[in-house]
Amino acid sequence: MSTERHVLLKYILFSCAVLVAPVFFAGGYLLNVLVFVGINTILALALNLLLGYAGQISLGQAAFFGLGAYISGIATATYGMNPWLALVLAAVIVGLIAFAIGFPILKLKGHYLAMATLGFGIIVYIVFNETFELTSGPSGLSGIPYFSVGTFEFDSDMKSYFLIWGFALAMILLSVNLVNSRIGRALRAIHDSEVAARVMGVNARLLKVQVFALSAVFSSIAGSLYAHTMTFISPTSFGFNFSVELLTMVVIGGLGTVYGSFLGAALLTLLPELLRTFQDYDIVIYGFLLVVMIMFLPGGLVRIPSLIMARFDRLRVRGREHA
Amino acid sequence: MSHQILQYLLSGLSTGAIYSLIGIGFAIIYNSTGIINFAQGEFVMLGGMLTYFFLSVVKFPFMVAMLLAIVFTTAVGILFERLAIRPLKNASPLILVIITIGGSILIRGLAMLIWGKDTHSLPMFSGNEPISIAGATLLPQHLWIFGITLFIIIVNRYFFYHTISGKAMRACSHNRRAASLVGVDVKRMVFFAFAISSAMGSVAGIITAPLTMTSYDVGVMLGLKGFCAAIIGGMSSGIATVFGGLLLGVLEALGAGLVSSGYKDAIAFIILLLILFIRPQGLFKKADTERV
Repeated sequence: MSTERHVLLKYILFSCAVLVAPVFFAGGYLLNVLVFVGINTILALALNLLLGYAGQISLGQAAFFGLGAYISGIATATYGMNPWLALVLAAVIVGLIAFAIGFPILKLKGHYLAMATLGFGIIVYIVFNETFELTSGPSGLSGIPYFSVGTFEFDSDMKSYFLIWGFALAMILLSVNLVNSRIGRALRAIHDSEVAARVMGVNARLLKVQVFALSAVFSSIAGSLYAHTMTFISPTSFGFNFSVELLTMVVIGGLGTVYGSFLGAALLTLLPELLRTFQDYDIVIYGFLLVVMIMFLPGGLVRIPSLIMARFDRLRVRGREHA
Repeated sequence: MSHQILQYLLSGLSTGAIYSLIGIGFAIIYNSTGIINFAQGEFVMLGGMLTYFFLSVVKFPFMVAMLLAIVFTTAVGILFERLAIRPLKNASPLILVIITIGGSILIRGLAMLIWGKDTHSLPMFSGNEPISIAGATLLPQHLWIFGITLFIIIVNRYFFYHTISGKAMRACSHNRRAASLVGVDVKRMVFFAFAISSAMGSVAGIITAPLTMTSYDVGVMLGLKGFCAAIIGGMSSGIATVFGGLLLGVLEALGAGLVSSGYKDAIAFIILLLILFIRPQGLFKKADTERV
C-alpha cells in the first residue's frame, strides 16, 4: 500500500536528518541542546501515545521519568551496577509500577484521571525529596557513571547525541508501527468512544493499562539516559512543572502524531535557549502558548502545512470559479 | 501529650477551613459547568498577593486593600471565563483541563513578573496575642479564619437555597439542558459560578496569608488541597466539602506532628488517590451516579 511506503519514507527522511544534523553543530553549544531535544522527544512521544492516541491524560509523566533516572542512578552510583543493566532494571520496575497503578487509575476519566495522575506525580516527587538515605534528598544524587562499551565511554556531547538519538529513533519506529497496527486503531477507537470500542470487542481496560505501562517504560528509559548523560540528578527536574511542560510539548506539537512529539519537544527545548534574554518570562510564554495553541490551533504544529495547503486549494478553486 | 494533640487538632481545623473554602469554589464551578478549574488555586494566590500589593505598595488602609483584592480577583475570574472558557463550545474535558492548566500557569507567571519571587506577609487582622485553650494556644487570626469561613458558608447556603439565582444554579448542576429548557440562562449561571468561586478563593487567600505568608506560587498546593477537600465531599458545594476540608486539615496536622513533617503534603494526595480509587463519589454520598 502506498500509505505504508509513505510512512516508511517519512521515517527514513527523518532519520537521515537526525544523523546529519550534528555535522552543522559539531562542538557547539547547540549540540548539547539537541541532546536534550532527543530526551524530550522520547518523553513527549511516550505521553502522546497515551494522550494523543488513547485519549488518556497523565499529569504524572515526570514521575516515571524521575523513577527511571533515580533507579538507574542509585543502582549504579550507590551499588555499582552496570549502567546498561540499570537502564533495563529501571524500565522493568517502572513498567511494573505503572501496570499495577494503571488498573485503578485508568478506571477514572477526564478531570479525575488528570487529578489522580497529578497526585501520583506529587507523591513520587515528595518521596525523592524525603528518602535522604537513597536519593540524597533535595541536594541531588551525583557520581552517576556514563554509559560505556568496554573502554569506550559516552562522555561527550557528540557521543551522547548518537546514543540518545539512537534510542529515540528506535522508539519512534516502534511507535509508528504501533499506531499503524491493529492496536493503534483500537487505541483511536477508545479515544473516540470507549463504550463503542468495547462493543466492537476491544478490551479497552487492559489496552489502556498496557499503553500506560508502555508510556511509563519509555519515560523510564529517557530517565536512565538523562541520568547517565548528566551524571547528576536532583528532584527539581522531575516535579509537577515538568509534567506540565511535557503536556505543553505534546499539545503544541500535535496530539496523536508521532512527529508532532518531536516538533513540540524541539520547540520547547530550543525556545528557552532562544529566549535567554527574557529569563523568567519563559513560564508566562509556556502558559500563553498552551492557551493560544489549544484555542486556535488544536491540531498542533504538524497541522500547519496541511492548513496552508487547504487555504491554497480554496484560493485555487475560487480562482477557477472566477475564470 | 493530650494538649499537643489538641494543638494539632486546632491548627488542623484552621487550615482545613481554608481548604473547605477553596474546595467549595472548585465544586461550584464543577457543578455549573462540568469543568475542574485548575486555575482555582491562583485565585487564592491573587487574594493574598493583591492585598499585600494594595496595602504595602499602594499604601491603602487594610480594609480597602482587602476589598480591592477581592474585587480584582473576581474580575480576573470573570475575565478568565470570558476569554478562555466561553469561546470553547462543546470542548472535551481533555481540552478544558489543558486550557485551565494553561490559564493557571499564565496567571502565576504574570504574578511572578509583576511582584517578583519574594515571600510577603500580611499583618494579623487583630493583634497577635496568643489565646490559650486547655494547654493549646490559638492566635486571634485562627478565630478570624473560623468566623469568616462560617460566615461565607452560611451566606452560600442562603444564596443556593433561598434566592432565585442560587436555585437556578442548583438546577444547572442537576441538568444543564433541562435547566435551560425551563428558562434558566445557563451562560449567566456559569458567569456567576466563576465570579463566586474566584471571590471565595481570594477570601481564603487573604485570611490565611497573615499566618502562612504569601508568594506567587502558593496557589498550586492550596488549589490541589482544596480539590482534595472537594473530592472527599463528593463535589458538593455545601457542608460535605466543608467536612472534607476539615478532615483533610486535621489529618495533615496530625500526620505532620506525629509521623513526619516532610510527608505532610503527601498525606493529602494519598487520601486523594484512595478516595478516587475506592469511593469516587465522595465519603458521604451514596453511589447514585457514576462520577467518571
